[in-house]
Amino acid sequence: MVDPESGLSLTIARIVQRLQGSSLHSQLERQARVSLHKPEIKLESLKEDIKEFLKTSGWEKKLQNAVYSELNVFPSPCHPAAPPEHMKEPLAYMRKAQRPVNEQKELLNKWNEMGTDEPDLSLFRPVYAPKDFLEVLMNLRNPNYENGEQPSFRNHLGLIQVPLKVKDIPELKEDFSELGLNIGQLGIDDSAQVPPEFFENEHVRVGQKVLTEQDSAAAQQYVRQGCPTALRADLWALILNISNQPEDVLYYEQLKSNVIQHDLLVDSLIYKDVKLTASNDDYYFVFEDYLYQVLLCFSRDTSVLEHFSYSSATPPKSYIRGKLGIEEYAVFYPPNGVIPFHGFSMYVAPLCFLYHEPSKLYQIFREMYVRFFFRLHSISSHPSGIVSLCLLFETLLQTHLPQLFYHLREIGAQPLRISFKWMVRAFSGYLATDQLLLLWDRILGYNSLEILAVLAAAVFAFRAVNLMEVTSLAAAEAVLADLSTLKVMPLLQIFLFATVT
Amino acid sequence: MSGVAGPGAPSGTARAPLPCAARAATALQLGGGADVARPGVAVIDLRFPRGGAADLQEIVFRNFYTAFLSVRVQRAGAEGSRKWVTCLRDYCLMPSPHTEQGSQDYFSLFRHQMLCDVDQVTAVRFILRQPSPVWVHFTIEELQIYPLNQKSPEKDFPSWLSQLTPLEQPANLHGELPDPEKVSTEVQQMWVLTEVIRARQAAARIGRFDVDGCYDINLLSYM
Repeated sequence: MVDPESGLSLTIARIVQRLQGSSLHSQLERQARVSLHKPEIKLESLKEDIKEFLKTSGWEKKLQNAVYSELNVFPSPCHPAAPPEHMKEPLAYMRKAQRPVNEQKELLNKWNEMGTDEPDLSLFRPVYAPKDFLEVLMNLRNPNYENGEQPSFRNHLGLIQVPLKVKDIPELKEDFSELGLNIGQLGIDDSAQVPPEFFENEHVRVGQKVLTEQDSAAAQQYVRQGCPTALRADLWALILNISNQPEDVLYYEQLKSNVIQHDLLVDSLIYKDVKLTASNDDYYFVFEDYLYQVLLCFSRDTSVLEHFSYSSATPPKSYIRGKLGIEEYAVFYPPNGVIPFHGFSMYVAPLCFLYHEPSKLYQIFREMYVRFFFRLHSISSHPSGIVSLCLLFETLLQTHLPQLFYHLREIGAQPLRISFKWMVRAFSGYLATDQLLLLWDRILGYNSLEILAVLAAAVFAFRAVNLMEVTSLAAAEAVLADLSTLKVMPLLQIFLFATVT
Repeated sequence: MSGVAGPGAPSGTARAPLPCAARAATALQLGGGADVARPGVAVIDLRFPRGGAADLQEIVFRNFYTAFLSVRVQRAGAEGSRKWVTCLRDYCLMPSPHTEQGSQDYFSLFRHQMLCDVDQVTAVRFILRQPSPVWVHFTIEELQIYPLNQKSPEKDFPSWLSQLTPLEQPANLHGELPDPEKVSTEVQQMWVLTEVIRARQAAARIGRFDVDGCYDINLLSYM
């Protein structure tokens, strides 16, 4: 642990370094220079007057939002003696378990052998589907942990055998206190039977006020109770600190021109993924073109490489032929370091309902990916990482529905086998879109993905009666096949706050 | 496991760890049993070479599944006698000993956290406790001890530092002003860091990258 005083200085230094030289910095400088012409700026108290001017003109707020965004995204600085890989992932055996890199190298080999101009899509097996990934997670073991052969208190009853710390319901109740029974929620208190004067009108009014104030932190607090549909696009952009400046639009156009000029082999993976998933979905097939636009640009965007400094994964590196090992000839392949897997396009599809302008849609998706979605397909010990989410789901189910858990285990239907695909996709494609967006409101509001595990457990609790009667994995899957009629917020509220334990 | 002047001294400061010889962690044994029990307590003893004494500033180590740490130091007392004194009692490294939290993290122990004076120390004893039976081994690694007062900034204070606008006083100061020594060290640290930043390049991207033909798969080799 870092000494708290030097920890604060380190954080400040890191944030200053990141913001220095950014477009916000130059805009602030320009504004300060322009303000010199104003009559209220006096030479004797120059510094104070300029600071006052920046405060009243809203520029201080923009700076606050940028600082808040940096604090949210980057983890607190590590101990000075810790090597950089320790910040990505503190546990050594998890660092070693990053299996997808090996598979990525195999894939590079395979592609080189194929050499077809017009790729036949049937030859491209998706790099991995959630099922393969689950197999990898199931086999994660800590070599220092006593996993005896005999069943004992040391063996977890579920599929995940890694002893990570997960929260229990009292801790979750405290963390998600804004979802409590006595607090208004969109998704519950805006239904047709409830008169809007009770909650909805006031909530919309507060939301409009937050938008005029342009305060990121306030917006993040606000969306914990849900976002009104009309304000959602702007509020999410405010929380993610996306302002769609001209230089951002220009950056997007550059990426688009790269797409037109050069092909990448990951493009074939993207085409296949979109055709198999989003195009077959009743809600999202209309957005097929948007999805191509966003994903093809995403794979060429090298700014995504920055998130690898706090992600446990490492982007696959390749060298120009003949220059093996020489760093100047190294490239990351694909340029953004992320190989799309089966279902990747479903991360983008719900956002198409909110944003119609491609460059803004692209930036929102990229920011959501580097803040949240990357944790769902990389192996790490982070509390929002997929391993912790799986363990949280299994622990919640065991603790609060022990009979159901035991029954499902006995019939060979481990609950995680069914819920894993929901969590990996953040429920996209499984819930109705309006419910999904309410769920993603809370992900943004709490800056954590734990709510996905809680919802998965709540769904099992909801269908517990039917599940107790099934006798096989296939039947259990059939009971839980269709989630499109579920209402997310009542389920979460009941599971967290109204279940008698 | 030796603690001889290990690698990884933080860059930018001129300090080096003290050379010392540490014996490996030995578990506490209850006498008389044929079975080797796993007692959950281990001890690491550390002595300075040639019986020297040192003033301790900071102890840095990497945890490996130790839950609680106690530290005792042997000080040269008056009239040549040596006494063992506890300077840290049951410091928690893993808040939840059955789970991974804090299990492989780096830790620093500073002299101001110690219960007693740590000057003129001749030996240090680390008492490691891990009450959870699920872990096979536990110890602490990469142990380094830094002596007192090795760094001093040589440059002057820049003038703008003395014109720092005062922050609003936080409400819970209990009517006392913060210790001026502490504030000045804090400000010194921040100044050192700002100097470092100014010298270093900004981290913000220029914002342009050309994906040219170097991504053609035929040009790339695979390893």
